[in-house]
Amino acid sequence: MIDRAVPEPVLPSQPRLQLLGISKIYPSVVANAEVNLTVMPGEIHAVLGENGAGKSTLMKIIYGVTRPDAGEILWEGRRVTIPSPSAARKLGIGMVFQHFSLFETLTVAENISLALDEKTRPAALAPRIRRIADEYGLPIDPDRHVYSMSVGERQRVEIVRCLLQSPRLLIMDEPTSVLTPQAVLKLFESLRRLASEGCSILYISHKLDEIQTLCDTATVLRGGRVSGTAKPKQETARSLAELMIGNELPACRLSPSTPGEVRLAIRHLSLTTTDPFGTELQDINLEVRSGEIVAIAGISGNGQQELLKAISGEIPLANPGTVQLDGQDVGRLDPAKRRDLGMCFVPEERLGRGAVPELSLASNALLTGYVPSYGTGMLRRGLIQTGAVRDFARQVIDRFNVKCGDNSSLATSLSGGNLQKFIVGRETQLSPRIMVVAQPTWGVDIGASMLIRQAIIDLRDQGVAVLVLSEELEELFMMSDRIAVLADGRLSQAVPLASTSVNQIGVWMSGNFAAPNEEASDHVAA
Amino acid sequence: MTLDHLIPFLASTAGAATPLVLAATGELVAERSGVLNLGVEGMMLVGAVTGFGVTLSTGQISLGLLAAMLAAMATALIFAFLTLTLQTNQVATGLALTLFGVGLSAFIGRGLVGQTVERLPNLSFPVLSDIPFFGPLLFRFDVLVYGSIALVLITGWMLARTRLGLIIRAIGESPRSGHAIGYPVIALRYLTVLFGGAMAGLGGAYLSLALTPMWVEGMTAGRGWIALALVVFATWKPRGVILGAYLFGGVTVLQFHGQGFGLAIPSEFLSMLPYLATIVVLVFISRKPQTILLNKPMSLGQNFRADH
Repeated sequence: MIDRAVPEPVLPSQPRLQLLGISKIYPSVVANAEVNLTVMPGEIHAVLGENGAGKSTLMKIIYGVTRPDAGEILWEGRRVTIPSPSAARKLGIGMVFQHFSLFETLTVAENISLALDEKTRPAALAPRIRRIADEYGLPIDPDRHVYSMSVGERQRVEIVRCLLQSPRLLIMDEPTSVLTPQAVLKLFESLRRLASEGCSILYISHKLDEIQTLCDTATVLRGGRVSGTAKPKQETARSLAELMIGNELPACRLSPSTPGEVRLAIRHLSLTTTDPFGTELQDINLEVRSGEIVAIAGISGNGQQELLKAISGEIPLANPGTVQLDGQDVGRLDPAKRRDLGMCFVPEERLGRGAVPELSLASNALLTGYVPSYGTGMLRRGLIQTGAVRDFARQVIDRFNVKCGDNSSLATSLSGGNLQKFIVGRETQLSPRIMVVAQPTWGVDIGASMLIRQAIIDLRDQGVAVLVLSEELEELFMMSDRIAVLADGRLSQAVPLASTSVNQIGVWMSGNFAAPNEEASDHVAA
Repeated sequence: MTLDHLIPFLASTAGAATPLVLAATGELVAERSGVLNLGVEGMMLVGAVTGFGVTLSTGQISLGLLAAMLAAMATALIFAFLTLTLQTNQVATGLALTLFGVGLSAFIGRGLVGQTVERLPNLSFPVLSDIPFFGPLLFRFDVLVYGSIALVLITGWMLARTRLGLIIRAIGESPRSGHAIGYPVIALRYLTVLFGGAMAGLGGAYLSLALTPMWVEGMTAGRGWIALALVVFATWKPRGVILGAYLFGGVTVLQFHGQGFGLAIPSEFLSMLPYLATIVVLVFISRKPQTILLNKPMSLGQNFRADH
């Protein structure tokens, strides 16, 4: 404990951090309104809320990234203003960001050296990094470049970086969104250990089960306001969810179905990459049948991007037989030709791949809906039928309850969840034969997530072959018939959902496909 | 081709390369912090005319060099204010800066055309400069030829080994993360753009005070653009700038010495050589996307606004 400063003696009843009436108003939205929050020393305090509830803004205010319009911050009983992140660090506040703030082309030691206020050379830091990393069970190599690291390793770097500053309050923004279930347990051990030493932890999440396992108290935000405080361990997941979204929790149902013929087949797909940040695919085999949802679990960065590009046609393949639609070799066809064969596609990146930010929703509908075999009538003899395009966009907006101005709103003006509803809705409306969806509910709130999942299940019930890639195991277990894992560019066999468990899939996600699973051993993918 | 031709050819290569080394190194630092300043040509011209004018009126070449740096820095400051504070588009603003520099330098230089000054003197080292062959080849240059090489080495060391260099590389990769950690991204980018301006000014003044000690309108003749290409050629690593600049310098000089070598090629074709070489080298570099991806500042050309 050489690096840890001795904490100043404080009264046990003295809160470490108190927010009084914090408000932050942006031109179009009230991010925080009169928020009160109290964190005691050694407490693990959850801040719970849907996307857009104002959690991130509140944390940025505490960490000095953003300044509040009104309200007071009390740090260990003293009134303070926090004008900058470095001021926050001087007080003893550390933050692990949801989207990592690491520099990919620098080494671990260089990254950590940048965040420390003391001027230490990266080389001199290495032994200290190793010591703290070992002490908290977060192994990392100081000399590695960040771009070569997995997301889990990157998060460890962020946490170790905070720990080196001996924080008295650690803010963790959605820390588990990129971790395997086993890694989450390890993280929780480290956090409990830290809390037992007197460090307070603010834990931001929308995952109820995690908050119930880890946190002592919870402050729930809804629409920028505190909608309640609770002791998570004494609440049910349902009651917490209702505090969060304010009404009855919607659910989606998966009825049994009988899969039909093979519609999408991937056979011995291997792919090398020229991108130093990319992952190589090794001998991927998978079949998706009509009327079933096949899930591919795995943390982003394990070949998901490459696999999606190979299926969509963004990367043309050397061997045409490696991807087949309805038995036809399509490996050399471009995305438009594959769409013409009845494939629809919801990519992971909403802005940039799924939609063009500066185009209206109607124009974005045209971008994929023009394909002749969809039969939308958006093009006639090469000319755009504006009326048909608008009608199509209007139908999607109505059916999926997309909150927007109208069909002429720019894609970039929609919130992430609403845009995702529009993109999924657009592809669904095109009556696909094969639907490939990546991260269907990433950054989407619970209500909209359920709607999107139900729409995907409805497609499957209509006999569409559906392939879903996601990082969220809970979601995949809610909506799939068979599940496989993509780890380090290799795909496991796809096993029926009933024959496996979250635990087993979690082990597979770490790349160990050999873990025993008797029921599924005779169910090898073709 | 004889030795009589070779020594002057190699020696004048250094003269042609030095302004490129200076301007490219300055631009490299600015680009490493994420700012693409396409106004190098304009800043070099402003430096060239100011340096020449001040030297002519004061008789002090060191004052001329200093004034050239300050004037080009002032030009760079306009660019920095527009792109960093007012958030204008870096490409458009840089192009405008070049056009502005061309016009401004022509205006300032109206009374200077046709005059001349004493050129920047060559140094002479005892014993060393008198060695046959190697003496004229290595030890008879002016101070800026050696200074520009020292500049590259120091810049390389600064970027790779010092905390300031680390921070500059970091904000060039991700200004948002840099800001989140608490570094003054905008202020640092001001500094690198001003440094880029000073070096471009010095490179320009080298043209009008050492290479051809006179002022001619538009005398940079595209060297600012070649300096920009050199930064890519060097894949944003200072050492590569020396290699590139001497290569291009050599090709530039070839057009003057070509006839001496007895090359039967029309001089117009030889004048095209440096620009052709630029294109060929850029094509060659682009064949290795990994090297570029790992060294190119990821935020290059993108504006950054801290959200408060």
